[in-house]
Amino acid sequence: MTQITKALLLITILGLAACSKPDRFDNNNRTVDLNANNGLIDPTGLGDPNSVGYFSATIGDRVLFAVDQSTLSPEARNILSGQVDWLQTNSSYAILVEGHADEQGTREYNLALSAKRASAVQQYMISQGVQASRIRTVPYGKERPIEVCSDEACYAKNRRAVTVLNTSGTS
Amino acid sequence: MTRLLSFTLILAILGVSAPVMAQNGPLRIEITEGVIEPLPFAAPAFIAENAGAGDMAAQISQLIATDLANTGLFREISRNAFISNITSFSSPVQYSDWKAINAQALITGAVAVTSDGRVTVKFRLFDIFSEAQLGEGLQFAGTTASWRRMAHKVADAVYSRITGESGYFDSRVVFVSEAGPKNARLKRLAIMDYDGANVQFLTDSSALVLAPRFSPTGDRVLYTSYESGFPQVFVLDVASVGRRALSTGAGTMTFAPRFAPDGNAVVYSMTQGGNSDLFRMPVNGNNPVKLTDTPFIETAPSFSPDGSRIVFESDRSGTQQLYVMSANGGEATRISFGPGRYGTPVWSPRGDLIAFTKQNKGRFHIGVMRVDGSEERLLTASFLDEGPTWSPNGRVIMFTRESQGATGAAALYSVDISGRNLRRVPTQGAASDPAWSPLLP
Repeated sequence: MTQITKALLLITILGLAACSKPDRFDNNNRTVDLNANNGLIDPTGLGDPNSVGYFSATIGDRVLFAVDQSTLSPEARNILSGQVDWLQTNSSYAILVEGHADEQGTREYNLALSAKRASAVQQYMISQGVQASRIRTVPYGKERPIEVCSDEACYAKNRRAVTVLNTSGTS
Repeated sequence: MTRLLSFTLILAILGVSAPVMAQNGPLRIEITEGVIEPLPFAAPAFIAENAGAGDMAAQISQLIATDLANTGLFREISRNAFISNITSFSSPVQYSDWKAINAQALITGAVAVTSDGRVTVKFRLFDIFSEAQLGEGLQFAGTTASWRRMAHKVADAVYSRITGESGYFDSRVVFVSEAGPKNARLKRLAIMDYDGANVQFLTDSSALVLAPRFSPTGDRVLYTSYESGFPQVFVLDVASVGRRALSTGAGTMTFAPRFAPDGNAVVYSMTQGGNSDLFRMPVNGNNPVKLTDTPFIETAPSFSPDGSRIVFESDRSGTQQLYVMSANGGEATRISFGPGRYGTPVWSPRGDLIAFTKQNKGRFHIGVMRVDGSEERLLTASFLDEGPTWSPNGRVIMFTRESQGATGAAALYSVDISGRNLRRVPTQGAASDPAWSPLLP
């Protein structure tokens, strides 16, 4: 119980911090990716195009997918191109691409589907010149929704691949 | 846990006073879809054979009655209706008194508790309308801590004598215990008796865990864990709670594991370059063999009871469908053809049916079909039902049912393969991904 309380408190705090950023996906205090492994959010660096805050808020750290699909939409490719440019400039960062699915679907299938989504992002980045060794992927299936309603409005945001920045992966 | 597994069972034949009924005695439930009227039985409180055994005698006889009644095949007659009282385990049964209240079966028993914490339970089953004992008296012994197992053993024996099929009460379920809100779920492995008693946690919730599966003897559990940061198949020893990752290759992402009936081979999905195929390897080995090689999603494999075939799901046709192939891979035959999509197939322990999850028109169903795909029947319908697991005798299916919306939570349910007797399996908090053990030894 204490652990849960602490976790909730942490979510709230992180959520409030996220609210201060104009991230179009983080429009309320529930949307914090607990798996984000960066710990590098620099709330003062929003104006700096080389900051992590700029990457997640202005470029966009995630792309969305159609139901049961893993192909990248033109909009997704635009966002990923921005991510690739940023990664080329900020070459000390490695990335972890998290694949996710909405709750419509069985656990195993969604895990495999989310692996395809993460891989689609990875392949696109490699095709655009990002070094393959900088990119790792992890499929989360339907295990880590950011939106909790059972409607398409929430499902659309949960069908995502999130690019998590990490400095520890490179030297 | 160790104590429970090393629980020794003493079976002693008691029946000397009554003739042994043949298996084709008149008291018999044929479990078919036609069974609607449950068989009425009387279960007077078991006799306490010594001072201090009273509470345990009452608890044991009550649990036996609960086991039987919860199958939906039996109905307990209220003790208030009894005309006779059973005052001694060996006194003759007044059949007319039980006939008068329409009891078709009578279960009598006695319990003794010794000062060193041992319990002895003996019982007899009577066919009231044939005025005869059904089968021989049996005796079980164990520690006081294992009294529930002894009650389940008695209930299994009664079930088996009346239905002609083995029971499923003395069994366990490994599952995922869930806590926390939907967008910050915490999951940990837990194990409990089939009826929700004796819960024990096998992992903490520091790493996401999914879909545990028992070994054929129930001593080990395969599951998927993110403790290395990515999905990976682990094997856990139930008695020691020791665990290790399978040697599927450094950094490989693996999930959806299941044991072969021999308890040695493991079949699972591995994701490489975003594509998931099926692989097989010895649980203690390190030489994975690729069973499928397609650019499509292949997952959720399950062996036939004889180990010769594997049923799995693939979206090679464009949507998730069920396929059967040799346990060595190769050509696969599609068996699901109805509307909607099919996943998580599980071969029944009797070999005759395959249980599955079906999605159609925004609803989820648990269903069964014959192994050639014929005679599909849907047993449940809800916002989200998934992941069937078979009772040891292949008569009951347990599964995950998750409720809708922001406060949605998962719970365990069971349903008879006739589609009747849907019930929630009691768990303390939210729970998902049940896997039913074989009958305990």
